Amino acid sequence: MATHAAFMPGAKVETPTFWGAVASWLTTVDHKRIGILYGSSAFIFFLIGGIEALIMRLQLARPDNTLVGAQTFNELFTMHGTTMVFLAIMPMSASFFNYMIPLQIGARDVAFPRLNALSYWIFLAGALFLHASFVFGAVPDGGWFGYANLTSAQFSPRHTIDFWMLGLQILGISSMLAGFNFLVTIINMRAPGMTLMRMPVFVWMSFVTQFLIVLAFPCITVGLILLMFDRFFGTLFYVPAAGGDPLLWQHLFWLFGHPEVYILILPAMGIVSEILPTFARKPLFGAPVVIYSGIMIGFFGFGVWSHHMFSVGMGPVADAAFSISTMLIAVPTGVKIFNWLGTLWGGSIRFQTPLYFALGFIAMFTMGGLSGVMHASPPVDLQQTDTYFVVAHFHYVLFGGSIFGLFGGAYYWWPKITGKLLDERLGKVHFWLMMLGFNLTFFPQHYLGLIGMPRRIYTYAPDLGWNFWNLISTIGAFTIAVSFLIFIYNVIRTTRSGKVASPDPWDGRTLEWSIPSPPPVYNFARVPQVHDRDDLWLQKYGDGHGGAPRPKAGPVTAAEIAAIHMPPTSFWPIILAIAMAVMISGLLISTYQIIIGGLLTLYCMYKFAMELHRPPEGHGH
Amino acid sequence: MADHAATHAVHDPNIGNTGIDHRKMGMWAFLGSDCMFFGSLIGTYLAYKGKSISGPGPHDVFDIPLTSYSAALLLASSLTMVLALAALQNNRVKAATGWLLATALMGLHFVLNQVYEFTTFALHHGLTLSTSLFGSSFFVLTGFHGAHVTGGVIWLLLLVSLAMRGKLDARDYTKVEIAGLYWHFVDIVWIAIFTIIYLIP
Repeated sequence: MATHAAFMPGAKVETPTFWGAVASWLTTVDHKRIGILYGSSAFIFFLIGGIEALIMRLQLARPDNTLVGAQTFNELFTMHGTTMVFLAIMPMSASFFNYMIPLQIGARDVAFPRLNALSYWIFLAGALFLHASFVFGAVPDGGWFGYANLTSAQFSPRHTIDFWMLGLQILGISSMLAGFNFLVTIINMRAPGMTLMRMPVFVWMSFVTQFLIVLAFPCITVGLILLMFDRFFGTLFYVPAAGGDPLLWQHLFWLFGHPEVYILILPAMGIVSEILPTFARKPLFGAPVVIYSGIMIGFFGFGVWSHHMFSVGMGPVADAAFSISTMLIAVPTGVKIFNWLGTLWGGSIRFQTPLYFALGFIAMFTMGGLSGVMHASPPVDLQQTDTYFVVAHFHYVLFGGSIFGLFGGAYYWWPKITGKLLDERLGKVHFWLMMLGFNLTFFPQHYLGLIGMPRRIYTYAPDLGWNFWNLISTIGAFTIAVSFLIFIYNVIRTTRSGKVASPDPWDGRTLEWSIPSPPPVYNFARVPQVHDRDDLWLQKYGDGHGGAPRPKAGPVTAAEIAAIHMPPTSFWPIILAIAMAVMISGLLISTYQIIIGGLLTLYCMYKFAMELHRPPEGHGH
Repeated sequence: MADHAATHAVHDPNIGNTGIDHRKMGMWAFLGSDCMFFGSLIGTYLAYKGKSISGPGPHDVFDIPLTSYSAALLLASSLTMVLALAALQNNRVKAATGWLLATALMGLHFVLNQVYEFTTFALHHGLTLSTSLFGSSFFVLTGFHGAHVTGGVIWLLLLVSLAMRGKLDARDYTKVEIAGLYWHFVDIVWIAIFTIIYLIP
């Protein structure tokens, strides 16, 4: 290991000055560093979205409250939803895609390292653009789904919707670029022997997610472009007076929006499918079926969008068709839950923090899934739509599902990423407080919804019977907040004086645990030869049917390491992202800025493309 | 040549374990995504077909002979693109440059025809973005296709300028092939648009 030390990421990029260190992060193309950038940015936006939620819960804690007004409340729920979906859960997933996919498939980086950096910087530009609306006092207020024609220039004359729609378009570019990158990485960068069915299930679920991203985002892009043309150039797409149909927006939005739900949940399902086998110390039960179910979910995910629209009156045929497809999609989801339970059955289970979060995921996601199947029935949906019952449902799948899964992943892979183990005791306190707070917050909202409390109201009268459960819900929200303070404390404490992690602290099963924690910049000194989905486990213990553990390979020589070529750093990704931000924000400022930004973008794209046009001749020529 | 290509492939960091170049696969992924983009735009056009409450209709304004000429230009440019690629593969850089330039010029001619078409619609028939649903959905759909063609023309002209400066040869075959994939895709989308919007009454 001593030979490795000089090539650790920390050592290799060590720079004498502070600005040198900053520059090394701004120009990095290392998938691990980009993963860390995604994860830390996403956590900051998660906290911002959380604070918005806390303000809303304070406002609703008692009837006739005057903490915030109706306008502010609209802004809060719009930014809370938009932030949590696009700036928290998606980039947290992207953080794990970045860091873990190359490690799990035995690659040294992603297929397009500079494009990967570009995705991150465009994401950050979009996120900052969206939040610049606070500075200009034009916070988006049309809901995260921005239904037409509330978003038209007639009903939203200020720049509020402009910030939202342009921000989402920037974020869409980032997601799609990352989607192309990971699709190619997964198909084309697998280590020798890693057939598709030998890929770890997290990689599989990420793979399905990338397909959803590249196929679903164009739909919302078109919806947003039509909205942009309506607002800026006087087209009539969402103008009923000219014969336009506001439902066009709903179709385009949900044609994206429902696959988006799976974009948010599939990575968490993948993480849970990694955690359970590790802590039950047995292979994932029916792993191929879990994979097929993931593919089925991705496929059916494009055929259920109109269940978000039962209340608009599509007629009995469309209602019936979307009702059936929605019930169908529950089948592969249910199959997965049984597979996870089957994985635990008869395992020698070690109750450590990542497993707690994975179990929390299964329980909470199942509840969210069940209330989801309830909505599949149009008559039931008509009762529940636009009430707090729906709010409860999607928080059970997005918080109880995605967030539990993603934080399980954070505890699971923290030692791999940072080289330190998060404190187990604090981790369990975090879990139990979050579990308690989550259920206190959202379970009563089912009941509130059923007794008639509508979504998105900023206050309510005292005599409706909603007071008690709203107060409980608010108490729950603050319990969740405390649980995340404990997480932050755990992170700080671990960074300062945490237990140093071995390369394989959990007795893991997949390739990322076969290399040092944190991994060297080139990940694998030798590209591994893969024989099984649980390749590392087989290396360590044999296949359990008399197959012996594989003999250990000889130590890696310095010459082997010196022969590894990693892509050089580049400042074009960040400059190109800035140029694009200049161009797009020009839509709100002046035509000259659009033109200058556009030319700048074109120039940067050219330089980006030409940077590696004729790289210095490598080996073998 | 083939031997050289084979030894080259073994060490090329851009070739993955499927034997396909990363960049080529990335372009295919992008084109798959772009199908959904044009699919949504065409869907919007069809959803609004015949729903306009004022202004001229499609067949009051369309000049089918002119647009057929444009379509023929674009189809022919796919042929010159293939010829450019074949020439480059055999390291006939001058011929490749010529074919690339021809492709770009036909693309440019297509775009100029579109500018003329749009101008005529606006000045002679009073059809603009904000006249009717037809105006909105027609201009946005065909305009985004035109923007794709314009992007392709710029890309091709950059390749031409590289070739003229001696920076493009058989080694860059894949780069030109990827530009070609994009160009053929934009061409195919036009076939769909031309049929669905112009030809079907």
